[in-house]
Amino acid sequence: MSTIANSIFSPELAARFDKLVTLYPVKRSALVPMLLYAQDEVGYVSEAVIQEVAQRLDLFDLDVRSVLSYYSMLRTKPAGKYNVQVCTNISCMLRGGYEILDHCKKKLGIENKQTTPDGQFSLEEVECIGDCCSAPAMQVNYEFHDELTPDKVDEILDQYAAGKILDSTQKDGK
Amino acid sequence: MADVTITVDGKKITAPAGSLLIEVCKSAGIEIPAFCYYPGLSLQAACRMCVVRQEKVPKLQTACTTQIAEGQVFFTDTPEVIQARKATLQMLLGNHPLDCPVCDAGGECELQDMTFKYGAADSFYAEPKNHREEQKWSPVVYFDRPRCILCYRCVRTCSEGMDVFALAVENRGSSSTIVPNVPAKLTPDNLAHLDCEQCGMCIDVCPVGALTSGTYRYKTRPWEMNHVATVCTHCGDGCKTTLGVRSTADGSEIVRGDNRDKSGINSDFLCNKGRYAFDFANSSERITQPLVRQPNGELKAVSWEEALTCVGKKFAELRDTRGGKTIGVIGGNRLTNEEAYLLQKFARSVLHTNNIDHHRTADYVAFAQSLAGTTGRAASLRETLTAPAVLLVGGDPTNQSPATAWNLRSNVRLNGARLYIANTAEIKLRRQASAFLQVAEYGYGALAAFLAGDDSAANIAAPDSAALASFRDAIRSEESLLVLIGNDLRGAELKRLIDFGLTIPGTKFALLADYANSRGAADMGLLPDMLPGYTPIGPIDTQDPSSRIALEYRSPTTPGLDLLEIFEAAETGNLSAFYVVGSNPIARYAVDPATLKNTFVVVQEMFLTETAAIADVVLPAANLYEKSGSVTNSYGDLQQVKKAGDRAGVRSDFETIVRIADKMGADVRKLVPFGPVSNAGGTRADMGQTRGAQSGEADRHAVWLTANNLEPRLSPFDPSAILDEIQRLVPGYEILRLQLLSGNDQHLSPAAAPIRDNAGLVQISNRRDLVLPAGDTLFTSGSLGRYSAILNDLRQFRPRQSLIQIDVQTASD
Ligand code: SF4
Ligand code: SF4
Ligand code: SF4
Ligand code: FES
Ligand code: FES
Repeated sequence: MSTIANSIFSPELAARFDKLVTLYPVKRSALVPMLLYAQDEVGYVSEAVIQEVAQRLDLFDLDVRSVLSYYSMLRTKPAGKYNVQVCTNISCMLRGGYEILDHCKKKLGIENKQTTPDGQFSLEEVECIGDCCSAPAMQVNYEFHDELTPDKVDEILDQYAAGKILDSTQKDGK
Repeated sequence: MADVTITVDGKKITAPAGSLLIEVCKSAGIEIPAFCYYPGLSLQAACRMCVVRQEKVPKLQTACTTQIAEGQVFFTDTPEVIQARKATLQMLLGNHPLDCPVCDAGGECELQDMTFKYGAADSFYAEPKNHREEQKWSPVVYFDRPRCILCYRCVRTCSEGMDVFALAVENRGSSSTIVPNVPAKLTPDNLAHLDCEQCGMCIDVCPVGALTSGTYRYKTRPWEMNHVATVCTHCGDGCKTTLGVRSTADGSEIVRGDNRDKSGINSDFLCNKGRYAFDFANSSERITQPLVRQPNGELKAVSWEEALTCVGKKFAELRDTRGGKTIGVIGGNRLTNEEAYLLQKFARSVLHTNNIDHHRTADYVAFAQSLAGTTGRAASLRETLTAPAVLLVGGDPTNQSPATAWNLRSNVRLNGARLYIANTAEIKLRRQASAFLQVAEYGYGALAAFLAGDDSAANIAAPDSAALASFRDAIRSEESLLVLIGNDLRGAELKRLIDFGLTIPGTKFALLADYANSRGAADMGLLPDMLPGYTPIGPIDTQDPSSRIALEYRSPTTPGLDLLEIFEAAETGNLSAFYVVGSNPIARYAVDPATLKNTFVVVQEMFLTETAAIADVVLPAANLYEKSGSVTNSYGDLQQVKKAGDRAGVRSDFETIVRIADKMGADVRKLVPFGPVSNAGGTRADMGQTRGAQSGEADRHAVWLTANNLEPRLSPFDPSAILDEIQRLVPGYEILRLQLLSGNDQHLSPAAAPIRDNAGLVQISNRRDLVLPAGDTLFTSGSLGRYSAILNDLRQFRPRQSLIQIDVQTASD
């Protein structure tokens, strides 16, 4: 079942999925990458995404939900245009990760896992994002920002707000 | 695999290499506790309760996943092992609500048992417990999340056992939870629901009280009920079930249906009907007083004495003035064998008529005659769990014989059985089939012919001739075959299929019918042209053993009217009396009630059905859960029925028939040969011989009889007196009494006499086809279903229209 009528995805992504399912000995192995790509395109894993992915992989919706709920990086609600993920794992914590997180909360006026009313920013506390040597670090969409200080965070967030930094998914020409 | 010897707690045990340690220990009498392990389901190793110490292995091992090999040494009871189990319990109890005093599982909870055994530890958790509200997933399945110990038994039984996949785990770590397949955000009421077969298997396997049933929850405690092992009344599979019974003001009420000892033909299984749909028995719509129609046309409640006198007098008068030939009798598919036998004997020997029939849901006459002269060719339900190859032609077991479907799925999953399915519809079981053949509409006869080698039948049999040919090749290459036949096949078509099957040496057959005792009704001779045991009615020949029954009955020697002919007779004014016992032919055959306006109609029923509503006398009847006797399932497995529920005012059909005969002035001793001496060959008064080691003083005997729901005095209402006669006279019913009385099933093969040439008898090919399949689904049960509140709830329960995974259309009635 590699072609789906009325796919909810862009033709490019649909084509990518058509190929993806052929790469594994069992189709359902494509489930996690599919959910990630779908989330990048749609913004979150919506009910429609669950249903189409299940259909593509010959799974029940329930199987998809089961896997989906296991991974904290997959979300079922829309995030802001800029999803700010602040690391508070060991290295970052030791170097002021919580301060950065608190600063973001204050600056954006939202709590962890919330989105600003204008839909521009959302905030998330995350585990290690693999940038420990330059801790504290945060990730905005797919862009890394490290050796952070509250001032530096202000600067970065202002630039996003002004639309001056494009993250890599947008650079890819979406 | 080769046997190996291992040592467990110093004891040498020999078992096949590769067996699971937990099972090996169990058969050696060493108990290893387990929560997630469940025989027959995939291994999970999630709970760590089964840990044991293995010599030379650094860590404790889980016995549920350890496969044994030569020379291994295990310890299952050391302080270290006990401490580890205690720690597991401590963790499981960390967030457990400990509401045992109100929990349904209290008293039969595996977690409770283990805590008793290993002792409650101090809890290191100081945090408040994380409470979650209970969830109603469906009318019958409730979930109490904090009680769940995440053993995944429910998830596995639903997916592997049921092939429904309605349950799964969501989230991770300590927030993991079992969820149903319809999430809250997709339902109109914003609550999560189950879209499934509602079998309750998940509740059954749940070791704790996390999953509870809508019919039983918070009603009683296990030790406050009596537990009666009997047979489910709903479908032709005849599952063994244990009913939990409690006394009430007007009798006793059934509060639970359960598969408690799992020793029956249904192994682990009960479907939603067996588990929940006992509630018709407690329905407030039950008739509990005899009703007699008054000159003003109304039905009026009268005493039993008055009603029976009225029936007896009228039956005798009509028989004597207008002749037995003008009386018609219809029996039910849920009577016991003893009642069915007694009813036809009463019709033939007291009413002097062969006009007796029942609503036939499968053609057992053709089945028996096709197997005449063979031995060992009829299969037991147990064989659906073990046969290496199964051919299923017609039928839809998932809906119509759920236990058969469960066994077939288990057989395919656990034993790698090959299942071949030929059906006009894409039935759900095709998901387990090695080959599925789409049969053309009305193509079963042609299919049988094609299988037998008639290639010209191919294009009528199936649309895809290549698939058809390879299907036949696959079947013919099997060395032995279990052939299950749906009730879509009958008469000549059925015979053709059986004739083909008989050419394969190890083939066995079963014909699937719709109700608990459909097979028994046919075996016991509720047929106009057959005496019990498929003995054709014809001229009596004193030398011929098959004339024995007719000789004893002194019944008419010409076949009577069948069900439809009885109604035709009514239409032409030739039916003086119509006696219906536990059947609803008016609705089932869409008969115009006006047809019977000049007929004296007597109906024994639980409810005011369409048939009861037009009766002149309605006699309130007990149902199968309220009487003793035996039933025979579709396969010929004979089982004991024990009285569980009780309702003041009703009587068993057995008693009522005897009382009517008595009121007619018949010799009751001839009808029911009770008492130590009898002119009909005598019953053997049970004075101890069936009790084996129990034999002893007379008072103990009475206690034993009572415990087995037998009449302590041998009275004319004792079905065992009729069972004696069945055993003595009915071909194929050579019963092992002790086997029956100890609650075990035994398999009987139909023993039709080979058809005699030129005897002028009705042959399969010219017999009228009167089979009318009930077409029941999981949530219907003939005329009974609508009186079960829970089945009605389930039928109407629609968590979300688009997701329904199974076919649940309403039955025709
Ligand atoms: S009731 Fe049966 S079908 Fe439904 S979830 Fe439970 S096991 Fe599955
Ligand atoms: S609901 Fe019961 S069977 Fe299912 S995982 Fe929880 S404890 Fe086990
Ligand atoms: S499968 Fe048939 S006999 Fe068994 S519980 Fe269900 S309805 Fe009753
Ligand atoms: S700990 Fe923050 S990036 Fe690794
Ligand atoms: S029974 Fe062995 S780990 Fe659960």
